Amino acid sequence: MTPVCRLLVSFALAVWVAALPAQTRPGRIISIVPALTEALFSMGAGPRVVGVGSFDRHPAEVDSLPKVGGLIDPDMEQIIALTPDLVVLYGSQEDQLAQLERAGISVFVYAHGGLNDTLATIRELGVRTGQRMPADALADRIGSQITRVSNRVADQPKPRVMLVFGREPGTLSNVYASGGIGFLHDMVEAAGGDNVFAAVARESVQLSSESILTAAPDIIIELSYDERMTPARQVAERAVWSRLPAIPAVRAGRVHLLLGNEFVQPGPRMGDATEAIARALHPKAFQE
Amino acid sequence: MGLLPVVAGVTAGARRRRVWAVQIGFLLLAVLAVLCAPLVGPTAISLRQVFDPTIAFADNVDAQIFFIARLPRTLAGALVGGALAAAGVVLQALLRNPLATPFTLGVSAGASLGAMLVITFGLPLTLAGIPAVPLASFVGALAAVGVVYGLATMRRQGLSTNVLLLAGVTLNSLFSAIILFVQYLADFTQSFQAIRWVMGNLDVSSYQPLLWALPMLLVAAGAFAGLPRALNLLTLGTDSAAARGIDVLRTQRLAFVSASLATGAAVALGGPIGFIGIIVPHLVRLLIGADHRFVLPASACLGATFLVVCDTAARTLLSPMELPVGVITAMLGGPFFLWLLVTRGGGPR
Repeated sequence: MTPVCRLLVSFALAVWVAALPAQTRPGRIISIVPALTEALFSMGAGPRVVGVGSFDRHPAEVDSLPKVGGLIDPDMEQIIALTPDLVVLYGSQEDQLAQLERAGISVFVYAHGGLNDTLATIRELGVRTGQRMPADALADRIGSQITRVSNRVADQPKPRVMLVFGREPGTLSNVYASGGIGFLHDMVEAAGGDNVFAAVARESVQLSSESILTAAPDIIIELSYDERMTPARQVAERAVWSRLPAIPAVRAGRVHLLLGNEFVQPGPRMGDATEAIARALHPKAFQE
Repeated sequence: MGLLPVVAGVTAGARRRRVWAVQIGFLLLAVLAVLCAPLVGPTAISLRQVFDPTIAFADNVDAQIFFIARLPRTLAGALVGGALAAAGVVLQALLRNPLATPFTLGVSAGASLGAMLVITFGLPLTLAGIPAVPLASFVGALAAVGVVYGLATMRRQGLSTNVLLLAGVTLNSLFSAIILFVQYLADFTQSFQAIRWVMGNLDVSSYQPLLWALPMLLVAAGAFAGLPRALNLLTLGTDSAAARGIDVLRTQRLAFVSASLATGAAVALGGPIGFIGIIVPHLVRLLIGADHRFVLPASACLGATFLVVCDTAARTLLSPMELPVGVITAMLGGPFFLWLLVTRGGGPR
């Protein structure tokens, strides 16, 4: 192939690729995955979102949009009636995926993963919705925000951290903590912590009191998506941990309760969530 | 092994001694389980350090593992297991149905519904420091029992065990439907929490829940103590029991209320842990015959032993992960019971 020919071919290819998103740019999008709904709005695809999941809370615009169910109970009739040309849903929703395929509606399948998977997902979603540049910018922004946090705490000693994301209220029963994979684990590590259950190759670990005592974390970070929890209940829930006074975190008064769904939804606010965790782990590094 | 067939032909005194020996054996087994279980666990602890008075409790990790992580849940296992097995015996006799369990009359569905409502709607109700979920499950259990009892006594004089059974089964399905509906309204995390609650968990990590459950269990145990002779006659039929001077209605009422109380307290403490209430009584009957004077205490002891052993497995096998104890009782209990059923030709007579 001559250089001119090669140039022509690559030019034609570039034109074709550039034209691709325009051809498939969906005009009506439904997302039932809260993190990705949020990402759609952050990358500027918000005006084209015509339906969201029942548990979507962010951004505020979603409140006025039709709610079409969630992971377990998507309302397929309503979804199809909204005539979307792209539906963002979970990979485990096989029946719904097949149904949408039969209806000729394209889908974007969400797969749960770590921090980097989430950033890749945001970029892919940008390509699929014709918002590649803003999506890349969003992913870059989240990535650099997390890098900034990591750099800031890089020279701090790493405390041993237990990240709890579920527990029966008022008790230490059914405690769920992050294992060694997934975005929660990644956020702890990025925030300069050493996850005490990093060796367990699972996203979540159900713990007994004994394994918590044995793990002996220096800091306990407890996440709750219940943003409306009253201050009195927050104090009461933190106090529950004092039943296990041998835990270094309890003795040092380093049990933190972080409220907000940004901690449990890997979306655009992941950088904020990582920073909030880092501030709890390394308050000194954030003193101006 | 089966004792009664072996002792056929032996004098009544020798037989009685034998049954007593088995009885004491069950008791020793339970005591042994409760004493040994706290020594077993994923972490190696030194007993010397556990009981070392020179180390402050707040600094003594071994002591906390022993006294907070292991001992309360071992005791909870013993109480819940004993209560469920004894309640199973009483209900099987009362309903004259070998398939009856402590959960047949809607207790577990009522308790689950209570727990589910609190988990889903985040109701912060507490009473005297009892957390919301155990409290709601206990209230739910008693409500279900109340409805079933009301239905069974409404139609005619006395307590219709048929109505009791049918109302219980129906209420179970009705509550399950409501549970599904509530779950449908719940979000994913809440549903998961609720499902996890149903699998049972004895990790109480303090003695407080035991103290709440204990008074109710003691009342139930007191009532159980007065029941065996009447239950023996009741299993022959209400008419023949009445003919032998048993106050049938009073016995039925006492049996029903005490079994429900024991089950409600057990479920509030450990969740609706299945299989104990059905396999333990049958196992005991296979071993020592059907006399409730022996079956009832022996079942309580064996139920306690069985649950303590299962819970030790739950907290040890996949450490640091915790396994749901209800899953273990079902996985051990189910096949074992089927094996018994097949080898013993249709269960006890």
